[in-house]
Amino acid sequence: MTEYTEHLLREAPNKDTGNRFRFVWLVVIPLIAVLSQVYVPRFVGFLTYLELPLLITVHFALSRGGPISALFYGMFIGLVQDSLSHQPIGMYGIVKTLVGYFAASVSMRFDVQNPVVTFILSFFFYFFHQFFYWVLARALLGEAILFDVQQTLTFGLLNAAVALPLFRILDKLKVAS
Amino acid sequence: MDFFLSRYRHLTVLLIVIAAQLLLIAYQVKTNKDVPLIRVWAVTAVTPVETGLELARRYTWGFVEDYFVLLGVRSQNESLKRENGQLKIENNYLKNELATADRARALSVFQARSPSKTVAARVIGNGTGANSKVVFVDRGSTSGVESGMAVVTPDGIVGKVVDAYPTASLVMLITDPTFAAGVLSQKNRVRGTLKGQGHAECLVDYVQNEERVDVGEWFYTSGDDRIFPKGFPVGQVAAVQNGKTFKEIYITPSGMTGGAEEVLIVLQGVHQEVPAGELATPGYRIMPLPAEAASETPQGAPEPGAMGTDADRLRAIYKQAGADQKHVYGEGVPGSKPPDFTKIPSVHGAPPTTSAPPQVSKVAPKPTPLPPPKAATQASDPTDDEPVEIDKPARRPPPSPAPAKAPAPTDQ
Repeated sequence: MTEYTEHLLREAPNKDTGNRFRFVWLVVIPLIAVLSQVYVPRFVGFLTYLELPLLITVHFALSRGGPISALFYGMFIGLVQDSLSHQPIGMYGIVKTLVGYFAASVSMRFDVQNPVVTFILSFFFYFFHQFFYWVLARALLGEAILFDVQQTLTFGLLNAAVALPLFRILDKLKVAS
Repeated sequence: MDFFLSRYRHLTVLLIVIAAQLLLIAYQVKTNKDVPLIRVWAVTAVTPVETGLELARRYTWGFVEDYFVLLGVRSQNESLKRENGQLKIENNYLKNELATADRARALSVFQARSPSKTVAARVIGNGTGANSKVVFVDRGSTSGVESGMAVVTPDGIVGKVVDAYPTASLVMLITDPTFAAGVLSQKNRVRGTLKGQGHAECLVDYVQNEERVDVGEWFYTSGDDRIFPKGFPVGQVAAVQNGKTFKEIYITPSGMTGGAEEVLIVLQGVHQEVPAGELATPGYRIMPLPAEAASETPQGAPEPGAMGTDADRLRAIYKQAGADQKHVYGEGVPGSKPPDFTKIPSVHGAPPTTSAPPQVSKVAPKPTPLPPPKAATQASDPTDDEPVEIDKPARRPPPSPAPAKAPAPTDQ
């Protein structure tokens, strides 16, 4: 174990626990994220790869720290996504519930303020989100959809790159509790 | 149990939440029913925001976008105008190609049906000269074309070859001022000479003012000029009026309508009949006969033959005499007894000379001319209702009183 990894693990407890989102932001931010996923690709086609609701879930889970609140937050965002999709309600809900839970669990062991950790976790949870959704779709719905690993990895990198500045902006919206 | 729940509280909640959602999915898949309430809530919550975003975009970025779009409208308009012009030109070109194909087909059909031997040619250029109406065609002496040959189309005559070169020929159009051809009107069969005027219409000259030519009447080639075979259409009369000596008849050439592009050069002409058209009318309207008048002869009308010649009347007299004596002309052997011709009346109704002795007078009476035949009188005077009696002896006028001494004729 190197000094850097020790530092990451030593600093793992959330330093940001004193800052909280206002309730309004807790509602508005996911709504904006879902809307952006619905609305923006109409005009900017290549932004379809951007999974803003997932990034919001990851950020909330990493910064909030509590697994239960994170899983419910993920479930809420996922169900909203399901409501605006053609799939049965619960697919994105389950996936984002898991993402929220595991992200919150991880955040208790890593220094989530580190950009590298943020990048890696964002990339990992994007891949996990897409893979688990594919598994659920095949297992529960019987859909024979393909899982393009290369494309998923690429989009994971892009989402992770977007996550870095996005998380900075979201951190600015927090207020001291 | 309490220990388990407190020890694995997070995991328990996670499993419960996951299980609840799995049950929700299973319910939807199993019953094939949706959960409309959640979707309605979500859509109702999202759509107003989306509508607001769309409005904001339209009046902000959309406005800016429209501005930049309008900046490009002018250049786009110019580009579209150019494109429109090119499309028009292309459209005209295609139309001309289609018309050319139609003309070529009509030409080939006409060429196959015409008894004259012809060769098809295409107009390739105009001759020089301000007033001259000559064109070059792409057939020359190598194709058998010679000077003086007629140039026609299925619609009418076009001109005549004035010069034949090996690969091309010079054709004088019928609108050239020096062009002339013999023509014949279809309806009234009036002959004249077609002359070019240098413009679209041609003149038919040397038609007497007494001749009759109607507007709209067709003229055909008469064949008198030894260039154009008889029977080719020339054109329709556009205007006609009396001149000082001859009529001024202007016709619109039918072979030049739309410009002659493909023509036929008549190598060996065959005269044809001018097609029979509408019969000439007397120029005024004639009412049809009444029904009863058409079926029966009016009383007092002369019998058939009454208005014939003396030979006709003589024939009728002899025929009547034969019938009276029961003699059939053309029968009997030679030497058999002919009918008694001495009993037949005179042609002019005079009694037989044998039946009445001649009156002898001391002074020879002045010869009295025989009155005109009653039929002739009747014909000249339609008011006389007395029927004609050819077989009866004509009544002589009462003899004029004979003078005691006839005056001696005097020489004047």
